Amino acid sequence: MTAIDNGSAAVASPAGNSIFRRNMATFAENRLALGSAVVVLLFVLMAIFAPFIAPHDPNTTDLFRRLQPPAWQEGGDWAYVLGCDALGRDILSRIIYGARISIFVGAAVVLVATTIGIIAGLAAGFLRGWVDTVISRVVDILLGFPYLIFAIGLMAMMGPGLINIILALVYKEWVIPCRVVRGETLATRELEYVEAARALGASSRHIMTREILPNILSPVIVVSTIRMAHVIILEASLSFLGLGVQPPTASWGAMVADGRAFIMQSWWVSTFPGVAILLLVLAINVASQGLRDAFDPRFHE
Amino acid sequence: MSLARLIERLLQLIPVLLGVSVIVFVMITLTPGDPVEIMIGDQNITAEQEAAMREDLGLDRPVHERFFLFLGNAVQGDFGESFYHRRPVIDVIAERLPATIELSLVALIIALVTAIPLGVVAAIKKNSMTDRLATVGSLLGVSLPGFWFGILLLMLFAVQLQILPVSGRIGFSSEIEPITHFLLIDTLLRGRPDAFLDALSHIILPAITLGLPMTAILMRVTRTSMLEVMRQDYVTFAEAKGLRRNRILFRHALKNALIPTVSVAAIETGSLLGGNMIVETVFGWPGLGRLVVESIFVRNYPLVQAAVLFYALTYVMLNFLADILYTVLNPRVKL
Repeated sequence: MTAIDNGSAAVASPAGNSIFRRNMATFAENRLALGSAVVVLLFVLMAIFAPFIAPHDPNTTDLFRRLQPPAWQEGGDWAYVLGCDALGRDILSRIIYGARISIFVGAAVVLVATTIGIIAGLAAGFLRGWVDTVISRVVDILLGFPYLIFAIGLMAMMGPGLINIILALVYKEWVIPCRVVRGETLATRELEYVEAARALGASSRHIMTREILPNILSPVIVVSTIRMAHVIILEASLSFLGLGVQPPTASWGAMVADGRAFIMQSWWVSTFPGVAILLLVLAINVASQGLRDAFDPRFHE
Repeated sequence: MSLARLIERLLQLIPVLLGVSVIVFVMITLTPGDPVEIMIGDQNITAEQEAAMREDLGLDRPVHERFFLFLGNAVQGDFGESFYHRRPVIDVIAERLPATIELSLVALIIALVTAIPLGVVAAIKKNSMTDRLATVGSLLGVSLPGFWFGILLLMLFAVQLQILPVSGRIGFSSEIEPITHFLLIDTLLRGRPDAFLDALSHIILPAITLGLPMTAILMRVTRTSMLEVMRQDYVTFAEAKGLRRNRILFRHALKNALIPTVSVAAIETGSLLGGNMIVETVFGWPGLGRLVVESIFVRNYPLVQAAVLFYALTYVMLNFLADILYTVLNPRVKL
């Protein structure tokens, strides 16, 4: 066993490492993608340090500030830069706190779904046989549901709430990394180094986790970053429909929904939270495209 | 594709459809709240009447029997009664369906009409300003949350410019006796061009909102496959023969480049189904999507479940059609 470990480490690790490093260098050269990654990081920091950054409490209502316009408009106040909503709550503070929900749901869903997808995809692609049949059937069935409708059906059943949103999205999301991992595993399992490990008597588990997994991780990481953007939009959509976290907790989708009743006179209530969603999702999309270009030679165009 | 192949593919649909039904049934069974209690509401009812209702709905039987009951009823189009409308669920859905189909079709047309020319131009003039703009546009298209984009359009065209209506499917004064239930067609059949324009002004913003992500995706697919095709031997050969470039591009390359676009369009039509819940809610569009969203909040579960099943079946069938279309268009692919 140790012999195999040392052998594979000696062969795979430095090579894998340098490829990874070269890819990251390619990524860093793409200034647009690097800038977008910085934007994403800023959003994450904003979410983590929300209590220190937000100028006001996100849930404190003030009836005298109902629908107060942004600072640069008549009647605005620089203490409430982006204005206030229908309950007189500071929109900027709610956007800062709302980042917590979007980023937490996005990260949690993608993390859990990717973990499940890796396990299921490795098992299906490597073990084949009935395991593959069962997993592939379940994947086919879940693919039979339009995503948002599946999530809406589940939310209607489970009721609103943070954990329920994550569950409702994970139930379908894992299918996507699972298909990627299964495909990559199928392609990898016949390669020489896997043959070699098998010939040396390595267990299936060892081959799956130590030989195959490290080599198929790049496409999985690329896919999960792209998926993060989708999941954030889905969460915002559920919140917009009133199926997300419940008030008064600030979430971007629900904030846009709150402003719908006031588009005639108070454009800012819906507009600013939407800008936040767009900026974050766009930054993730650009950064993940950069990652994909750097990691996947097939996309070198 | 041979008939035997087609039948084999159709048979492969059966386990998927069964699985989809099982999941919808599980959703029904696990939904909190007793359907009988919801149906009774605040009416006064005796214990015997309640028991009779329970028996009527088959709720007193074991789970596996209830599943087959549900499946049997579903096959016959019987999804029970909508608590809220006091009418069979299937009737309520059928009534709302034309509005949703009409909206989806217009969105699809808008997406195809804008995405294909843009994708082709972006490919032909690779790395030009047009190409860059198209790339940025398609990135925006997949990053914009639909509900927010819809509200922005409303604020611009309905509130600021006041040239388009805020919500609904047609103005009060333009209402006409339905024939096909597709208003854009009916208004013309009834000889009411004014009503047609009215219906068009109502549908244009929701259709753009619904079609935007699809436009972005189709544009990228068209661009990529056009670039791919332009590298093929037969295009080089045609060039070597001295054929004019435009003739090569439009007579030879485009036809092949559109194969992936068409099949992706068929798949993406399925995802319009999900988008229409959001878009119909934003624009007060009286279709199935809005009905489902409203039904969730009045706990009209039979309707939500029937709609989820209906959406899933449509989605599976659309994906199946996309597969078939791809093989028919591209004889090199074997299913």
